[in-house]
Amino acid sequence: MNAQDIMFVVLAVFITLSALATVLSKSIVRAATYLLFVLLGTAGLYFLMGYTFLGSVQTMVYAGGVIVLYVFSILLTSGQQEELRQSTLQKVIAGSVITLIGIGIFVGVLWTHGFNPVELALSKPSESVITMDTIGTQMLSTDKGGFLLPFEAVSVLLLACIVAGLVIARKR
Amino acid sequence: MFDFSIFTKWLDALMLSVMPEWLTLIIECVLVALGIITLYAIFAMVMIYVERKFCAFVQCRLGPDRVGPWGTIQVVCDVLKMLTKEIFSPRKTDRFLHGLAPFLVITASMTTFACLPWNKGAQILDFNVGVFFFLAVGSIGVVGILLAGWSANNKYSIIGAMRAGAQIISYELSIGITMLTMICLAGTMSFSEICQAQADGGWFIFRGHIVAVAAFILYLIAGNAECNRGPFDLPESESELTAGYHTEYSGMDFGYYYLAEYLNLFICAGMASTIFLGGWAPFVIPGLDGFNEIMTMIPGFVWFLGKVFFVLFLLLWERWTFPRLRIDQILKLEWKYLVPISMVLLVLMALCVSFGLTF
Repeated sequence: MNAQDIMFVVLAVFITLSALATVLSKSIVRAATYLLFVLLGTAGLYFLMGYTFLGSVQTMVYAGGVIVLYVFSILLTSGQQEELRQSTLQKVIAGSVITLIGIGIFVGVLWTHGFNPVELALSKPSESVITMDTIGTQMLSTDKGGFLLPFEAVSVLLLACIVAGLVIARKR
Repeated sequence: MFDFSIFTKWLDALMLSVMPEWLTLIIECVLVALGIITLYAIFAMVMIYVERKFCAFVQCRLGPDRVGPWGTIQVVCDVLKMLTKEIFSPRKTDRFLHGLAPFLVITASMTTFACLPWNKGAQILDFNVGVFFFLAVGSIGVVGILLAGWSANNKYSIIGAMRAGAQIISYELSIGITMLTMICLAGTMSFSEICQAQADGGWFIFRGHIVAVAAFILYLIAGNAECNRGPFDLPESESELTAGYHTEYSGMDFGYYYLAEYLNLFICAGMASTIFLGGWAPFVIPGLDGFNEIMTMIPGFVWFLGKVFFVLFLLLWERWTFPRLRIDQILKLEWKYLVPISMVLLVLMALCVSFGLTF
């Protein structure tokens, strides 16, 4: 066990516990806060692997996303003490079946492809750091493995969001 | 110019020679953390004193003058008072979230504080995406503010928090774009490389001439708004909302907000001096060799702190001169004026850089 492995275990336990707390919590704002912890823990994993850009994006996007969740839960739920409704037996059964299927797929993929945290978490993170130049060039490249098309597709999505927002706000 | 990394490398090698690697790593981490926390506390106290005296000066008062010479011990007394006060939590609230909120704010503030380049080779967090990391971590602070407002079960708090959310998220946009303008000139996002480039070729505010000066002014406006300070102090406007989102906090929980507010101002000034005024880079004029030699003899951290306090002076001046805006005026200023202007500046800077119109 070197320092990298220890950090990986710490982060993994943190993420798992926060994820459990997210789904088990009854208060919607608490669930959003635990979700923030899950996402920050994931950002920590990216930093551990040397993907500083991805880690920063994760932090920035999801900090903002959780704020929107807060605002929604403040505006759309009535009152401070409202708790999520108790689960019925049907919901519990359906949820556990879906969870089992998910675990099955996940474990199956890991089993067939092999999972070695030491190899994945990169022994020398400083050498594997990808520079901003590479990311920027790749983002706007039309070559093989370039990301221009998805990049432009996302901007269409944003345009649709803006138009929809205007339509809703302008309705009289 | 003295390179601080000589000292850190020597310390690292010395510790590696007597103890195993993991122990060295842990001891170094603890030392760095202690360094950050000490500097953080010291600068918070300095800032509070400076703010009180400056505010008094602007308003034709004397400011604190009873405790110690020129009131210098006043801040120490205030800190002791805050440390010994009782921490209470209001009834019918979510205690866990109420307690968590100040820590989110202070963590975001301390992590951004660690990004500042103090001297050549003396910086704690230095990624290749440094500026972006700085913006990303800074945005966690808003989560703490919104959480504080919601978990206090108080109308003043929630109004303050919602205002803070709208305001900070809006102004983050123009801060990001102005920083992008300067990155466009620098060609790198790492703070150490940005400072090194300015030490080698002159400060960016001179090299980017008109565009850089405009971006600097824009950054000062947006920076004050980002720190929730007047004329943008709506989230905690004391005459309408008691204290805004931290109304229901007492003792050191309130103290964390207080600390984070002042240190965010310091960080904002530090960032301005890093990306516009050269960080630890000395002021040199090409051709005047004797003058340049004297300037280079002044250590880097003195240059850095000098620039930070100069920018702080500008920020405080702005804060105590203008009256508070209304929420619609704040949003209008950002979305109708600052964002378009900063976008135009970004395009102008890109044109200047690609046509070689910079120095």
